[in-house]
Amino acid sequence: MSATEHGHEDHGHHHKETFVTKYIFSQDHKMIAKQYLITGVLIMGFIGIAMSLLFRMQLAWPGESFSVFQAFLGKWAPEGVMDADVYLALITMHGTIMVFFVLTAGLSGTFSNLLIPLQIGARDMASGFLNMLSFWMFFVSAVIMVISLFVEAGPAAAGWTIYPPLSSLPMAQPGSGMGMTLWLVSMAIFIASSLLGSLNYIVTVINLRTKGMSMTRLPLTIWAFFVTAIIGVISFPVLLSAALLLIMDRSFGTSFFLSDIFIQGEVLHYQGGSPVLFEHLFWFLGHPEVYIVLLPALGITSEVMSTNARKPIFGYRAMVASILAIAFLSTIVWGHHMFISGMNPFLGSVFTFTTLLIAIPSAVKAFNYITTLWKGNLQLNPGMLFSIGLVSTFISGGLTGIILGDSTLDINVHDTYFVVAHFHLVMGISALYGLFAGVYHWFPKMFQGRMMNKNLGYVHFWITAICAYGIFFPMHFVGMAGVPRRYYENTAFPMFDELTNVQVLMTVFALIAGAAQLVFVYNFVVSIFYGKRGPQNPWSSNTLEWTAPQEHMHGNWPGAIPHVHRWAYDYSKTYENGEYIIPGQDFVPQNIPLQDNEEELNH
Amino acid sequence: MTALLTLTVLVLVAIAIWQMTKIFELSQLKSENTEIATDSDNKYNGYLLFGFLIFIYGITIFSFAKYNKMLLPEASSAHGGEYDQLMWVSFAIIFFVQTITQALLHYFGYKYRGEKGKKALFFADNDRLEFIWTIIPVIVLAGLILWGLYTWTNIMDINDEDDPLIVELYAQQFNWTARYGGDDNVLGDASVRLIDIDRANVLGLDESDPNTADDVIVKELHLPVGRKVNFMMRSQDVLHSAYMPHFRAQMNCVPGMITQFSFTPTVTTEEIRLNPDVVDKVKRTNAIRAKRAAAGETNSDPWEYDYVLLCNKICGKSHYNMQMKIIVETEEEYNKWMAEQTTFKETVTPAE
Repeated sequence: MSATEHGHEDHGHHHKETFVTKYIFSQDHKMIAKQYLITGVLIMGFIGIAMSLLFRMQLAWPGESFSVFQAFLGKWAPEGVMDADVYLALITMHGTIMVFFVLTAGLSGTFSNLLIPLQIGARDMASGFLNMLSFWMFFVSAVIMVISLFVEAGPAAAGWTIYPPLSSLPMAQPGSGMGMTLWLVSMAIFIASSLLGSLNYIVTVINLRTKGMSMTRLPLTIWAFFVTAIIGVISFPVLLSAALLLIMDRSFGTSFFLSDIFIQGEVLHYQGGSPVLFEHLFWFLGHPEVYIVLLPALGITSEVMSTNARKPIFGYRAMVASILAIAFLSTIVWGHHMFISGMNPFLGSVFTFTTLLIAIPSAVKAFNYITTLWKGNLQLNPGMLFSIGLVSTFISGGLTGIILGDSTLDINVHDTYFVVAHFHLVMGISALYGLFAGVYHWFPKMFQGRMMNKNLGYVHFWITAICAYGIFFPMHFVGMAGVPRRYYENTAFPMFDELTNVQVLMTVFALIAGAAQLVFVYNFVVSIFYGKRGPQNPWSSNTLEWTAPQEHMHGNWPGAIPHVHRWAYDYSKTYENGEYIIPGQDFVPQNIPLQDNEEELNH
Repeated sequence: MTALLTLTVLVLVAIAIWQMTKIFELSQLKSENTEIATDSDNKYNGYLLFGFLIFIYGITIFSFAKYNKMLLPEASSAHGGEYDQLMWVSFAIIFFVQTITQALLHYFGYKYRGEKGKKALFFADNDRLEFIWTIIPVIVLAGLILWGLYTWTNIMDINDEDDPLIVELYAQQFNWTARYGGDDNVLGDASVRLIDIDRANVLGLDESDPNTADDVIVKELHLPVGRKVNFMMRSQDVLHSAYMPHFRAQMNCVPGMITQFSFTPTVTTEEIRLNPDVVDKVKRTNAIRAKRAAAGETNSDPWEYDYVLLCNKICGKSHYNMQMKIIVETEEEYNKWMAEQTTFKETVTPAE
């Protein structure tokens, strides 16, 4: 297609690379992927998860004094007892960091950058410069977000959804002062970064596919990244407008979201705005965001699962169709976050309808994954285990969506722990599993053929898998008992007294799960330097990235770019007589031409 | 003490991790020195997948056995019965699907674990299968959608039929106030711009509106059993949410607009206290509180079951303690209580 034979010359090593151009302001997609992985996942992920452990301790042992609180929270934990304001700040920043910085930028940024050029057979992204700019804007926004943790009155604390008026009035809570200003500035830069990245992904997938790589031969990873980028381009600008209007309300006295407010003894001048408008704008991004987080994870799972099952992914076309259907529906379901926001109940009916529709493509995906395992020859590498784990939590978490998406049933579980349990399983844990699957699977591609230690990987997976259910399964019951989320402690209601034990159980699992992630970090860091080098194609995979040499080079392939002759899923394909297409090898890479008397199936 | 306990747990976990790594290592033949899964890795992890299925079932059964009794008692409102029924059916469907799909997923993971020389089945497509598992969710979901929408429309149809009691729920950081329409059952006009704390006009009632004079402002919500109540909700500062879990009722309170919800309470406070589930819950809770009292802790007085209104939308520092007691009583008791209350006209300081 647009394979550029002259591309190699352009990207050859004519110029000498300095440390700065190679490791810092790099325009090479593989280096940028690693930068995203380390900044987005390892550093921001560490902060986000550490915060959750702190507030989980507060929930299990309310009002108890801990020296870790004193160490990390300082004046916000007088005598080691966590303050109620800082509790809200912690949950807000945990949500913001995990959703945007880890699972949007970290996951998509790492794997879209790494895999799009390598799997479609391109020398690099369409614009290496924009790609670099995208990362550094992300980096700046991450730095601003982290700085906001240290301002005098504390970081933003209005929940990650930052609903006004709470988020717009500094007198409503201390976090709505400088902390919220920095939050909004950081997010505005983040959105610009995300748009630059997404546009680059879209253009690259459309224009730079190698000869023979038709859209229907794209690996599902690329389909997922491609569609994710499209949803991002459609919905992130709406969040930017919400953020800008909120900045106007906060700093320039406009009344887009505010009206009739009497606080701390005085009436404010705001008139005629509506917080419900903000909710619409926020969730117009906020809901597609869930799929921006999840689709790349599902894409990675499709690829890792098929490779390790030594079977083609079941129902390739249905999988692509589901991705498209989910993407389309995801932009018209945002109202299910607002059933009881005061919007017209008839709108609630419409959103219930569209929301439950989205369960259909999701169900198709789950069934297709299960069928992919059926009669496979499963190579249970850590990446494969995380993929199976993803399907498990995707089902468990997705099913409760049927309850929350139903406007009637939502009335009594809205904003309770039931919601927290639901979305952590279906988007939090599932997306993290997809991320881990990707890291274990493509680590050799990122670090010159070095592989992560599989035994530590197994330990990491099994502890995480057990703890994830240990935390979030009982949490549904806490929600069904009527405990609201975002409560600093539940001691003000005797009806919740007996649920404290459940909180303790969940917190213990959370602490263990947190410790298990250190195993991953250790494995990751040590393997970068001391990991065993595996073969060039360690998982016997069909996709193009494994035809590139282990040594990193600008331009990815030393000679001509390989051409593509088949889809990515010819695993265990045989002739009619039962012999493998390539004798002694159960896979046929995409760059191998069709053999004589081989039948090309129409997928 | 708990810090020590946590530390111990973490140390034990670290040891467990170390030991597990050892086991995984020892389970591999010495000659194979690779980070790619071997047959024995596949075998052990296949078994573990099967074990994990048992774990999922186990934690489900454990949670039901131990936590089911802690859930809310049956609904105390007219629409709540239908709500509970829809919830029950949805849960039955969810658990059916969950049990089967998790079993297939993990069992396949165990059954088809890789072995050298085994041949996987090249199975890329099957239109009939895919049609079946598309159409089944379509039908099931269509049923749930129709039922849900029917119930939703009924619940949210707020009208003046059957002479409803009109009550305003007024939210502010961090407490609730209720206002009754008084003898005329009509709420007078109000606006936050008319709030005058010095004159005890805390809800900003419009004194020029004749309907305000007999309005009754209280800090405890009393509702007569069996009579429909239409709630008008206001907030004076940030978003709040009026959550009445026992009645399966919730609606946000939004500054700048009046939101509404309506339900008919069907069980009085006195009756719910005799509900066997509630009696058990109170017994368990008071045992916990007695233990706390013995340890000399605060917040340990014996508890009597009450309906309660909670704030369920993050609203600031004391969000976790923004509540109001709800008492459902007979018509006579309610009228008697209402007769004891003072009206707005009696409480507000007259303008000079």
